[in-house]
Amino acid sequence: MNDKNIERHTIALLVDNEPGVLARVIGLFSGRGYNIESLTVAETDPYEKLSRITVVTTGTPMVIEQIKAQLDRLVPVHKVSDLTMVGPHVERELALVKVAGTGEKRVESLRIADIFRAKVIDSTIGSFVFEITGSTEKIDAFIKLMEPLGLIEVSRTGVVAIARGDKGL
Amino acid sequence: MSNAIPPAEQSGAEVLLRALKDQGVDVIFGYPGGAVLPIYDALYQQNSIRHILVRQEGGAVHAAEGYARSTGKVGVVLVTSGPGATNTVTGLTDALMDSVPIICLTGQVPTHLIGNDAFQEADTTGITRPCTKHNYLVKDSSQLARIIHEAFHVARSGRPGPVVIDLPKDILINKAPYVAPEEVRHKSYNPRVKADPDRIAEAVDLIAKAKRPLFYCGGGVINSGPRASELLTQFVRMTGFPCTLTLMGLGAFPASDPLFLGMVGMHGTYEANLAMHGCDVMIAVGARFDDRVTGKLSAFSPNSKKIHIDIDPSSINKNVHVNVPIVGDVAHVLEDIIALWKRRNCKPDGKALSEWWAQIDQWRARECLKYRQDDKIIKPQYAIQRLYELTKDRDTYITTEVGQHQMWAAQFYKFEKPNRWMTSGGLGTMGYGLPAAMGVQIAHPDALVIDIAGEASILMNIQELSTIAQYRLPVKAFILNNQYMGMVRQWQELLHGGRYSESYTAALPDFVKLAEAFHCVGLRARTVAELDDVIKEMIETDRPVVADIVVDEKENCFPMIPSGAAHNEMLLGPEDKAAKPTSEEGMVLV
Ligand SMILES: Cc1ncc(C[n+]2csc(CCOP(=O)(O)OP(=O)(O)O)c2C)c(N)n1
Ligand SMILES: [Mg+2]
Repeated sequence: MNDKNIERHTIALLVDNEPGVLARVIGLFSGRGYNIESLTVAETDPYEKLSRITVVTTGTPMVIEQIKAQLDRLVPVHKVSDLTMVGPHVERELALVKVAGTGEKRVESLRIADIFRAKVIDSTIGSFVFEITGSTEKIDAFIKLMEPLGLIEVSRTGVVAIARGDKGL
Repeated sequence: MSNAIPPAEQSGAEVLLRALKDQGVDVIFGYPGGAVLPIYDALYQQNSIRHILVRQEGGAVHAAEGYARSTGKVGVVLVTSGPGATNTVTGLTDALMDSVPIICLTGQVPTHLIGNDAFQEADTTGITRPCTKHNYLVKDSSQLARIIHEAFHVARSGRPGPVVIDLPKDILINKAPYVAPEEVRHKSYNPRVKADPDRIAEAVDLIAKAKRPLFYCGGGVINSGPRASELLTQFVRMTGFPCTLTLMGLGAFPASDPLFLGMVGMHGTYEANLAMHGCDVMIAVGARFDDRVTGKLSAFSPNSKKIHIDIDPSSINKNVHVNVPIVGDVAHVLEDIIALWKRRNCKPDGKALSEWWAQIDQWRARECLKYRQDDKIIKPQYAIQRLYELTKDRDTYITTEVGQHQMWAAQFYKFEKPNRWMTSGGLGTMGYGLPAAMGVQIAHPDALVIDIAGEASILMNIQELSTIAQYRLPVKAFILNNQYMGMVRQWQELLHGGRYSESYTAALPDFVKLAEAFHCVGLRARTVAELDDVIKEMIETDRPVVADIVVDEKENCFPMIPSGAAHNEMLLGPEDKAAKPTSEEGMVLV
């Protein structure tokens, strides 16, 4: 493993939605010392009982190859697709961001939310909960701006991704 | 699979046995307990499956490994919940590392008690997830038969491995429907056996142009079945190329063939390791570039183009970058390569090859395995050589424990055929050899089965002598007794200034008396003069024998590539060690 270029890859997996499958995937990453930047999972095919897992990981090209080969070896894994390699794809994250404040700060947070097209989904006299979707960078930027304005709490989904064009996984 | 659910007439335990029978199982290695009593009850009422009662569950897994590796069939283990299941973890890990097909049936508390810290409950699927190829917890009787068949498919196809099926007691008692193996197909797990023809062509091109070629072959050849060894032997002979084998691959190519360079790796031969280092085309067949083989990665075979044939895509480009990756089953791939080689009328570069052989012959002339035997104290190498000479004309199977004796066995016992050599390679599990020999003997009742053992290792599963006695298995334990954990002592001598911390076993048992206490025959050889007689008596005795061979305490196993060193930095003997101190980098390696 002499290659030092660390790359970030988004990998989509189609797996049987059965007990333990997530533990297998996570256990593989922890057991072999791979990184997980984010991981999302939900059932996407209720008829075939398949879930889709999206993992964002980092590593040298050789390690990324290993990760894919190791994932593919898991018995309940049907398909492994490296979206970063496959080509153009879109990535989105959703975050819920709670900000508390009054006066000018409260107004400012609302103004920034507007620029980022974040929605207010809960509001009290002294707080907002914003819902924002977008790329990881956009969400990072939004949260950074909220910090001085009374950022209380953040909940993020992690990345979901899909390839562009008319082909499926 | 048809959707109509067949009627459930039999208990889960009966369905289980029926499924095992339909999978061709004739023997299981097990140990009873509360959670699996329904299975034991069903076993009692049938006679198509034989049960071998081991003395500890760890022994059951190694026995099943020995059975599997010597037959190519799946080995089956049956244990109870909790401690029964946890005792299998070492064996399962061993089978995973060495790609041995095992089905391990574990009892579990009834489904409604799972998660309640019930008596003898353990999270077996959680514990065994990283040490199995796959595992199942059966929670629904209607899935029981399907899961068993699927488990067998997973265990034996692709790169084989251990599979655990965790069976809650209510599932074993409740009625369950049966489905036959033919009705079960797995949706996602169907490993590729035929390789991409383009890759085959690239490989043939490279092989035909090679000037300093080398075949480097491992356990994958043996796992692919006897046909793979035949094809390998045929192809190596067609090309006239040199061939080396890994510890796991011994027997895949006949050791007596002049094209064989001996074993490669940490304790491999000088010629094999230097050929690895100096070759220009390496043809890796069912071998996984393990660290015991490659030595220092950055200096590993620096000038070669590498072809890698493996059924497991994750083995390819894991440690070493290869030029021609070929994913497929060894026998299938070799068949395709040979066919193309013939079709294209390929010929190796004769002139280059004879220069390469001249170089190899110079390396061979170093006689790296040479040792000096005086006329009194038995050298361990000599003991193995004599064992080989006196058993080679018989139908012999060898297992080993782990340590120096294992390496000497690999160096000095010559294997002509696959499935004759069972050793714990990937995990290096002391205590493997005796129960493994037991499993081999069950599969081959009339064969000569010998565990080449160290006195420390064999004590780790010595209780299995009791099983061996019960079933009148004429297993031979051939102990190279150096009173030390020799391999530990060797590392301490070479790397830790000769400070022999805890590597000497004081108060060893008297192995002859121990044998007798277990209803076995005990023999002992103390001198060179006694050795042959003891070996002969051991072979002739139609009962289990423990032969205590008192060998030189201080002998070290050479050649040796110290951790972190390259192939061309190997130590040939004791004189070499001072000249080449181990690097700091190497000291942290295992
Ligand atoms: C279960 C287990 N524990 C510890 C080790 C580490 N280890 C490797 S070889 C060895 C010594 C083996 O001694 P012995 O069986 O007498 O064999 P010898 O090297 O003397 O031939 C030890 C402790 C191991 N491989 N397996
Ligand atoms: Mg010893």
